[in-house]
Amino acid sequence: MIPELGHFVLVLALLMAVAQAFFGLAGASRGNVAWMRAAQPAVAGQWVFLMLSFGALVWSFIQFDFSVRYVAMTSNSLLPLFYRIAAAWGGHEGSLLLWGTMLATWSVAVAAFSRSMPLPYKSRVLGVLGLVSVGFLLFMLFTSSPFERLVPAAADGNDLNPLLQDFALVIHPPMLYLGYVGFSVAFAFACATLIEGRLDVAWARWARPWTLAAWLCLTIGITLGSWWAYYELGWGGYWFWDPVENASFMPWLAGAALIHSLAVTEKRGLFKSWTLLLAVSAFSLSLLGTFLVRSGVLVSVHAFASDPARGLFILGFLCAVIGGALALYTWRAPLLKSDGGFELLSREAFLLFNNALLIAATGLILLGTLYPLFLDALGLGKISVGPPYFGVAFLIPMVPLLLLLGIGMHSSWKRSQIGPAARQLGVMLAVALVAALLISKFVYGEVHAMGVVGFTVALWVMGAALLEPIRRRGKLRGMPAGFWGMTLAHFGVGLFALGITGVESYRIEKDIGLGVGDSTEVSGYVFRFEGTEQVRGPNYQATQGTVVLSRDGEEFATLYPQKRFYASGGNPMTEAGIQVTPARDLFVALGEDLGAGKWSMRVQYKPLIRYIWIGAAFMALGGLVSIADRRFRIRAQAEVPKAAGRLAGERAR
Amino acid sequence: MKRSLWFLLPGGLFIALVAFLYFGLYNDPREIPSPLIGKPAPAFSLETLADPSRTVSTADYQGRPYLVNVWGTWCPECRREHEVLLAIARTKTVPIVGLNWKDDRELAQRWLVQLGNPYDSVAFDPEGQAAIDWGVYGAPETFLVSADGTVLYKRIGPMNLEVWQREFLPMINGTGGPS
Repeated sequence: MIPELGHFVLVLALLMAVAQAFFGLAGASRGNVAWMRAAQPAVAGQWVFLMLSFGALVWSFIQFDFSVRYVAMTSNSLLPLFYRIAAAWGGHEGSLLLWGTMLATWSVAVAAFSRSMPLPYKSRVLGVLGLVSVGFLLFMLFTSSPFERLVPAAADGNDLNPLLQDFALVIHPPMLYLGYVGFSVAFAFACATLIEGRLDVAWARWARPWTLAAWLCLTIGITLGSWWAYYELGWGGYWFWDPVENASFMPWLAGAALIHSLAVTEKRGLFKSWTLLLAVSAFSLSLLGTFLVRSGVLVSVHAFASDPARGLFILGFLCAVIGGALALYTWRAPLLKSDGGFELLSREAFLLFNNALLIAATGLILLGTLYPLFLDALGLGKISVGPPYFGVAFLIPMVPLLLLLGIGMHSSWKRSQIGPAARQLGVMLAVALVAALLISKFVYGEVHAMGVVGFTVALWVMGAALLEPIRRRGKLRGMPAGFWGMTLAHFGVGLFALGITGVESYRIEKDIGLGVGDSTEVSGYVFRFEGTEQVRGPNYQATQGTVVLSRDGEEFATLYPQKRFYASGGNPMTEAGIQVTPARDLFVALGEDLGAGKWSMRVQYKPLIRYIWIGAAFMALGGLVSIADRRFRIRAQAEVPKAAGRLAGERAR
Repeated sequence: MKRSLWFLLPGGLFIALVAFLYFGLYNDPREIPSPLIGKPAPAFSLETLADPSRTVSTADYQGRPYLVNVWGTWCPECRREHEVLLAIARTKTVPIVGLNWKDDRELAQRWLVQLGNPYDSVAFDPEGQAAIDWGVYGAPETFLVSADGTVLYKRIGPMNLEVWQREFLPMINGTGGPS
């Protein structure tokens, strides 16, 4: 009964989304205030129905209702409660429902927190969000309802993919989707701006906190995914340039570009059409990611449900949403003119470089991800593009990006003036270079070009980020939240670069067979294998190895890497044993049983790897702090009458 | 006019992208052969598994087609395909050169004693240098090299008799020996 109700409220949610789209768009274009107002309760209704529907799904999981196909596919009676709830988004149908629920949540938030916007504009935004929602709900109801019954009911369920039975991976998809879907808000703002033919830049201020929020969720989502891959997949890698990872990384890069370009558009009235295009692109890339994952166009470990019929539907949806937005853009954008110019070393110019480089990186990744598809389609043969391409392709725009970031933070709007910071920055670059050389030589004992470049850039960015608060010490109280957000996020970029450089330049990996009592040495650390034992978990059996770590004869830690065999069958899962200090990780993963107590093992020394995730966390925190900037609330209120008057752009002062 | 043409660019790119994605829906991307195909086989000269003082190299097999099979004792799929390799070896169609990848010499020797040896010779590649040249993703992989030293085919994953008959044999017969 509950699943049927879940399905029924899903249909109601669809009707609400239709109402939201119709009243929002038609009401605004006819100037019918009653219709425009009607869009808001429709948003609320859609959200309530989707929450109920999602609740019904979770309920079916909690109650072990194996007569529901999806429940039987992704959980079983041994699965602990926590993972049963998480299993609601552990498969294709459920993740779509989560997607839809989140879209409705963002829509409700927009409806609730955008009182300062003129009503027609707001209702257009809600109308566009409604259209996106209609497409998604139709997709769900026609091709992938999670409430489909299984007749006869299964005695027990399959199981949640053991790979997904992990805390980080329980939160990873919701955060990721929250980010993906969050870009729909910026997208809706851009579409509403284009539909209305607004020439002013007030929309940029309204869109900024939403874009930041989406971007920060995506940052957290990607980071969790990377962290999970590191300790769970047993290879000790943190990023594989897998098509699905790329699919999440491209909207992230585009979103980062959008955050910066929105700032220019808001403050200086420049890059107007470019910013609109970016806002459309960030969400388009999210949808493209969904398409890539759900259609099986590109093979990947993540593609747990692929089906051409679904693929065709999403492709149609993609055409309607992105094609529609781009058609609007082609029609309206030529009307937009920038207000005034800027000089070569002004902040605008630096942000332009930032955008160009971030988009170049996005383009290179898109090219690499789809390249096998392009070649195949053109009959030029089949190949796969691997990490070496992405590593290089990503580095080329990133090194100049980070170098420019250091100066850009200290540049002024409009004028070529770095000011008194210029000399300090110069000194800092020299110090960073020397420090990088010293670290390479004396800490890691090996100097090579990429390591030095990486450390220099990382230290330089961190230093440059801290320089501003240091220079302004004494008057820090008055600084807006946006300033602190920027400082934190950019410092995080530096930490991130530090981590990547450390790992990529100085990691040591050893695949080795060890018998009981054997030991191996990596970078001065001795790993002694003490044998294995069997341990039991709630729904798995594990072989657990004991590895004692010592340095200079002194034992300092014991690791227990596991190889888990889940009751539901499938491939064994690796739980790596990791010992962490701020400077490095020591990593042991069990490989294969070689017989006679001997095991193949993957032993790794990973310098600075934690800073990759810590850096990403700083970026997310920076985003969070920036959202809190009072400017997004107070000034938006004050300038409403001006914005509503459809000015031909704010005069730049 | 010129300026407004620029604004058509994103839409145009998107249409092209959709065309490719549509194509992608109906084609199996899993069939990813090696970029080596049609190119000269990368040469290697390595210690043999049986005897470190002797070497085996690609040059030894010049003038006749041969298989290169990448394996390791740590790879469960390799154990599964071992029977098939033995069967292929019994047909004496082509010599099979083993590339023992990232393995332990003693374990690998024991494996061949226990399970039988289908290989004409086995190159020992503990560091995986030769495997990198050959673009090996994982074991097992099997390459077919023609008499003139060109890579004709690559099988990713365990060998089976169906693939052997359908893919390998026609190619071997097509290029059989120096003509």
